[in-house]
Amino acid sequence: MRSNTFNRAWFNQFIPFVVPLLILALWQWLTASGVVAANILPRPAQVLEAFIRLLRNGELLNNISISARRALGGFLIGGGLGFLLGVLNGISSLAEKIADSSVQMIRNIPHLSLIPLVIVWFGIGEEAKLFLVSLGVFFPVYLNTFHGIRSVDPGLIEMGKVYGLSRWSLYKDIILPGALPSILVGIRYALGIMWLTLIVAETVAADAGIGYMAMNAREFMQMDVIVLSILLYALLGKLSDTIAKWLERRWLRWNPALSRK
Amino acid sequence: MSTSQISPFLQVDGVQKSYDQRTILSDINVNVRQGEFVAIVGRSGCGKSTLLRLIAGLESPSSGSVMLGNRKLGSTAPETRFLFQEARLLPWKSVLDNVRLGIPDKNKEDARQSLRNVGLGEREGDWPGVLSGGQKQRVALARALASHPRLLLLDEPLGALDALTRIEMQQLIERLWVERGLTVILVTHDVSEAVALADRVLLIEDGHITMDTRITLERPRVRDSGFAHFENLILNRLLTPPQETPQQIAQKQISFSI
Repeated sequence: MRSNTFNRAWFNQFIPFVVPLLILALWQWLTASGVVAANILPRPAQVLEAFIRLLRNGELLNNISISARRALGGFLIGGGLGFLLGVLNGISSLAEKIADSSVQMIRNIPHLSLIPLVIVWFGIGEEAKLFLVSLGVFFPVYLNTFHGIRSVDPGLIEMGKVYGLSRWSLYKDIILPGALPSILVGIRYALGIMWLTLIVAETVAADAGIGYMAMNAREFMQMDVIVLSILLYALLGKLSDTIAKWLERRWLRWNPALSRK
Repeated sequence: MSTSQISPFLQVDGVQKSYDQRTILSDINVNVRQGEFVAIVGRSGCGKSTLLRLIAGLESPSSGSVMLGNRKLGSTAPETRFLFQEARLLPWKSVLDNVRLGIPDKNKEDARQSLRNVGLGEREGDWPGVLSGGQKQRVALARALASHPRLLLLDEPLGALDALTRIEMQQLIERLWVERGLTVILVTHDVSEAVALADRVLLIEDGHITMDTRITLERPRVRDSGFAHFENLILNRLLTPPQETPQQIAQKQISFSI
């Protein structure tokens, strides 16, 4: 009986990796056997070699850190502004009347379509990418923060008032924690948009970063570096989502609907 | 100069409450002595919850005044605690932290003591999400009593609980009322609950107080014929529409006899 449960736990850990490993095996077979030509898709081993080569000469870490910094910077700026405005409009109906419809109008402009304009304004430097990422991240965080604050159970707020909680305590203990599940959903969504915007911005106009590395490799037909860049983006995306999920599990521990059995 | 023995503890004077064009309460006059247990009964929509909320300071009367001790009430007084029909616990705070909300200086030991008084001392670290309905209301009760209030206002707090839990909670409330020397005002639609707990039962119909009966039964209350007498007294008044004409009463009698 004990060996049964042991095997089940090991099995559950292993199962999520089965499909990626199958894809990897398929990839290796397709390229090694020549079904897919070498100048269309490199072999997995070649990608690994490129990884080691760029790691050795420092280019890889340099570009990764530049991309990550842009992404994080844009996320903090756009997310921070979105959060603040969401809180303000959520709490004050006067602020909502003034600002909300203007924000909604701007939201309807796809931010990626602004790239040519942004290049004219900011060139292809860091400011351009920070601006685009911030703009993309702002809206989901704003909307979900605003909605979260408006959806806080008014019964709880009334209870707080009856128990003599100060204004500050009402916000800190009731309104913000009540809005937190919604805010975290906004953040998860914003993270996806952050990477998307970064990839596009770096592909179009960059002189450093993962996207630049990929575009440069394209000039020289270095397929292995191109595929490596794609994998790096995917890994970074997965990493940020995992961090967000971890935060969610930690901050929303109290929710019986979310806790694992 | 008035002491608490001479002047009433809670004085509701000529209170009227209207929303837009609808008048919920008209000319309500009640005096409650310190240490009394008063129950307010009535049909849904008669205004009993509104009266309680006015006493709590959650809303202001359209005219008239509510005075607690010597002070006119403008908002919630710190010595007043309110229990809602739902427990209204903060789901993101532990049971202990929820009880601490009721204490001005957030003292942990006082909170623990209050939890022990309601029999939930060992659940202090749990999240409210894992508690049953009765347990949540007990935590709410602990929260309400943690700061040793003088006036406890209960707005149908047991309505959502099953029958057995309700009886246990009634006994708990009665025990704490005796131990603490509280003044309690309980709003309930359950006449039996009112007779079981209260010294005095007020009946509200259409925004007026139409009955003010002292329950002269001994405690602990036993459901004997004396109990039934008071229950019937109140229920008959509650269930009879006051404007029934003699012809309508005669018609009913005819249709019930074969």
